[in-house]
Amino acid sequence: MSWDVIADNLGFFAQGARLTLLLTVVSLVIAFFLSMALALGRNSHHPVLRNAIAAYTLVFRGTPLLVQLFLIYYGLAQFGLVRHSVLWPWLSSPLVCTLITFVLNTSAYTTEIFAGSLRHLPPGEIEAARAYGLSPFTRARKILLPAMLTRSLTLYGNETVMMLHATSLASTVTLLEVTGVARNITLNFYIMFEPYVTAAAIYLVMTFVLVMLFQFAQARWAGYLQARL
Amino acid sequence: MPGGYVGSILAAGGVTLSLAFVSLLLAVLIGMAGAFAKLSSSRPLRMTATVYTSFIRGIPDLVMMLLVFYSVPALLNQWVQGMGWDMTIEFSPFGAGAATLALIFGAYMTETFRGALMNIPKGQLEAAQAYGLARPRIFWRILLPQMMRLALPGFTNNWLVMTKATALVSLLGVQDVMFRARGAAEATGKPFSFYILAGGFYLAITAVSLFVLSRVARRYEAGVKELAR
Repeated sequence: MSWDVIADNLGFFAQGARLTLLLTVVSLVIAFFLSMALALGRNSHHPVLRNAIAAYTLVFRGTPLLVQLFLIYYGLAQFGLVRHSVLWPWLSSPLVCTLITFVLNTSAYTTEIFAGSLRHLPPGEIEAARAYGLSPFTRARKILLPAMLTRSLTLYGNETVMMLHATSLASTVTLLEVTGVARNITLNFYIMFEPYVTAAAIYLVMTFVLVMLFQFAQARWAGYLQARL
Repeated sequence: MPGGYVGSILAAGGVTLSLAFVSLLLAVLIGMAGAFAKLSSSRPLRMTATVYTSFIRGIPDLVMMLLVFYSVPALLNQWVQGMGWDMTIEFSPFGAGAATLALIFGAYMTETFRGALMNIPKGQLEAAQAYGLARPRIFWRILLPQMMRLALPGFTNNWLVMTKATALVSLLGVQDVMFRARGAAEATGKPFSFYILAGGFYLAITAVSLFVLSRVARRYEAGVKELAR
């Protein structure tokens, strides 16, 4: 066993963990706000808006994340228009492409989660808000969104764990997050066991912390939904 | 898009599909065993199943795959060398991929089947016991038909996630749709076209699966009226 290699490279793993957290948090925060808007649109009366969002979520939920990532990182370079545009310095960066892909992917799932709980809100809550004469914007801000978020908490918690795990794919486009670091060490030191086990342990700890945070949030904000005996 | 590459990518659909079906079969078997272990009266069995599902769900699919494909053989080879035998153990990429997917989705199936088993009315089981049915007969005649209906939504979801997760085996060198698409993309300099084609393949599997499984769901819901609608 060569655990001393891991001990020597702990700083490298710490850098990887930082990038993993950065990818997870940035993608989740952007996707969170995007999905709230998209979820309202997904249930709107406007057929074009509704169906366009439905098509977007279908495509991004129906194809592998790996395909999406390669499509955006390698695929965009196929078009001269993209390569000669002012955006190219950003679009040729693996970090930016990965973030774009992750945001688009997790937004598709989160939109469906939010839209689903929006559809299952008790109609009385919305009718009461209407009866009080709240404007559509106030209604969304004060009634729809809070009620939707508390009801989505469990499923949204699962989605954040999925997002954390999905960041491991960033290693396939040269980013050195936890999996990328582990891969790098296996190639440099010719040891196959210890680096991947370390990476798995790091993800396990991160997942448990995330799950605990959501259990806390569940008790704090969604406790009133729990059936009491 | 040169036709030869398109043909070779679509021909690899057989590899993707057979990998998905092999993994599904194993995952269902693991899931059944896991569900019964979780609901069993034996404490060690329950503990084992709980540790299994929480470990698996805490580690990203890609890392799990790298662990099975690289780390497990490395560990076994260290033992083999320690024993002084002259041999090296190596897993086939297809076998390692299928084993990993089965291990991961076995954990998800465990949760799905456990939920379904718990939602079968207790009286059904008691009535079957009162009639003196043998345990295998209770399973095949009473539990399984009712489980099908209750487990189908979760099963459908797991299957869809799993078919997309098969794309990861291309990173181990299995010549599936994603692998061939990558080869074609690199050979022709048209990555966007070929990754779109690969994405379309997975989207088609999703669409066909949703259609077929909704038919199956309708069949098993035949005896249950939905009063809520």
